[in-house]
Amino acid sequence: MTLKTLLLSAGIVALAGTALAETKVGMITTLSGGGAGLGIDVRDGFLLAIEQSGRDDIEVIVEDDQRKPDIAVQLADRMIQSDRVDVMTGIIFSNLAMAVVPSATAQGLFYLSPNAGPSALAGKGCHPNYFNVAWQNDNLHEAAGAYANGAKYENTFILAPNYPAGKDALTGFKRFFEGDPAGELYTKLGQKDYAAEIAQIRASGADSVFFFLPGGMGISFLKQYADSGLDLPVIGPAFSFDQGILQAVGEAALGVVNTSQWNKDLDNATNAAFVESFAAKYDRLPSLYASQGFDTANLLLSALEVADPDDADAFRTALEAADFSSTRGDFAFGPNHHPVQDIYVRRVIKEGDVYTNEIIGVALENHSDAYAADCTY
Amino acid sequence: MTLDETSPMPLALLAEQVLNGLQFGVMLFLMAAGLTLIFGVMGLINLAHGSLYMIGAFAAASVAGATGSFLLALVAAMTAAAVAGALVELVVIRRLYARDHLDQVLATFALILIFSEGTRWVFGSFPLYLDIPDMLSGPVTLPGGIEYPRYRLALIGIGLTVALGLGLLITRTRLGIRIRAGENDREMIAALGVDISRLYTIVFALGAALAGLAGALVGAIQSVQVGMGEPVLILAFVVIVIGGIGSIKGALVGAILVGLTDTLGGIFLPSLFRLFLDPSSAANAGASLASMAIYILMAAVLIWRPTGLFGARG
Repeated sequence: MTLKTLLLSAGIVALAGTALAETKVGMITTLSGGGAGLGIDVRDGFLLAIEQSGRDDIEVIVEDDQRKPDIAVQLADRMIQSDRVDVMTGIIFSNLAMAVVPSATAQGLFYLSPNAGPSALAGKGCHPNYFNVAWQNDNLHEAAGAYANGAKYENTFILAPNYPAGKDALTGFKRFFEGDPAGELYTKLGQKDYAAEIAQIRASGADSVFFFLPGGMGISFLKQYADSGLDLPVIGPAFSFDQGILQAVGEAALGVVNTSQWNKDLDNATNAAFVESFAAKYDRLPSLYASQGFDTANLLLSALEVADPDDADAFRTALEAADFSSTRGDFAFGPNHHPVQDIYVRRVIKEGDVYTNEIIGVALENHSDAYAADCTY
Repeated sequence: MTLDETSPMPLALLAEQVLNGLQFGVMLFLMAAGLTLIFGVMGLINLAHGSLYMIGAFAAASVAGATGSFLLALVAAMTAAAVAGALVELVVIRRLYARDHLDQVLATFALILIFSEGTRWVFGSFPLYLDIPDMLSGPVTLPGGIEYPRYRLALIGIGLTVALGLGLLITRTRLGIRIRAGENDREMIAALGVDISRLYTIVFALGAALAGLAGALVGAIQSVQVGMGEPVLILAFVVIVIGGIGSIKGALVGAILVGLTDTLGGIFLPSLFRLFLDPSSAANAGASLASMAIYILMAAVLIWRPTGLFGARG
């Protein structure tokens, strides 16, 4: 059903586009394979905002990168050369962003990232046409480190997959954590069995556990951890506790503390309207990815009110102003075009039959990132 | 403070890790057994075996969700996978026996894509929930003070029982005799009046049912999602190459070797590197080498015995 409607809507958009569109947006995101839930949420949030704006002069071309860098590069080339898009967005995974973003921005396009925030693009490799609306990759992990200090954890056991974002995660956590990790483990990317790691955690004498294991890896880890009889407190970034996967983890996630820049109970009018309209349209609760897609589209819309992407300098200034109402409440860009925002501590709860999160505090206020100082345009 | 440079690894931890390796191994065996039978008997490389694993897990998750019974879920997993396997054999695979391996690889790879996107069509893109039954949840204390999850012990038991049953099936029954005969000389047993195409369908469905069972059993402690079968498939191929293609005994020995190497390698290699590197780079280098360990094992076995440990033919 989704594919059919997608094709249909793509077709309609394409037809309408030839006649009307003044601004073309190319969205490359992950819609099939293991990480598809994230891309689908970003897309749905983004399209919801465009729909709510009522503007019919914006054409969004959505393509599936299958989580493969080579496919993403091909799609980007096609969007830039034949579709002649003005703005690009959508990429979920950092390795794909690294393959696409530098060449797109070098060709004068604007790129608004709804998710991936690799350190390379926040520091030395920053570009005036690159904006990240979500976070720099390290942010949520840094907040977890800060939370661990507040909770008086002294020797947290930390683990993450052995790939760049995993290393950023442990680096980010340690940047703020003042204790001494009882152990530090890199697991295989895509690993689903954590019996060996859990045995090591048990033997290490740690007082708590921090893990960054996005998607299915996190589901597996939490279920196995809950069944192991270990009851050390667990902290993680929101990626293992988003609305899409919590139901699959089930009871094993209850009470776990995680860090996020957004939650559905954030008390502001934009967010309340977003949560309600998203649930009404798609018949599921929004995740943080959906909120990021929604905010990205609203940022774009706010800039289009002021300037046309053809006038690059004016359009950039309009983006920098970030004059839109975000689901996160206050939103501003730092000098490297990454958000300066509060990062919250959430706890997994059960509302009726549905597992979800509630905010229990703020981990870091007006938090920027560690790379901004390296960025010069 | 770290896990530790100087002190020897506690015996309880080592024992626990051996159990983990064994459990991983027997689950791999369930996958590899079907794969090796299908390759041995029909000479077919079935890349879609991982999809049958996924089908088993999804069938189990939906039946467990609807009925709450884990046992029914396991039955559903095996049935669904066996039916899917038999259908695939009748509709697609049957046309490929005479073709070369490249055509088989292409067609079964297409099946992976069809099954993955078909599953997404039916169940959506978000992972499903499947939990272990209450009866088997929580840890038990083993002799020596090892706390070990009851469910994983059950997995070891189920895996070894299936291995025994399969061994008896192959060596003691008429079907087993035909399977072995089919491995040795396809034309001859057809000439002797055995309905070879029915035998193929049965073997395929049997292999599929084992993969479905593995998917359901493992799905309960991992995540049930589209694409879950492919990483396991790669390991299952490593297992049958090490064990020797077509040999059930080889698949069992190979699976346990791979399970132990992978689990113990993941622990010992980082500790080993810690002797001469700082903890962070040791974790890094150790983790990288550990993920290569099973392939190094495979290379070593192939150098020593090019047809695998129990392989009869090259």
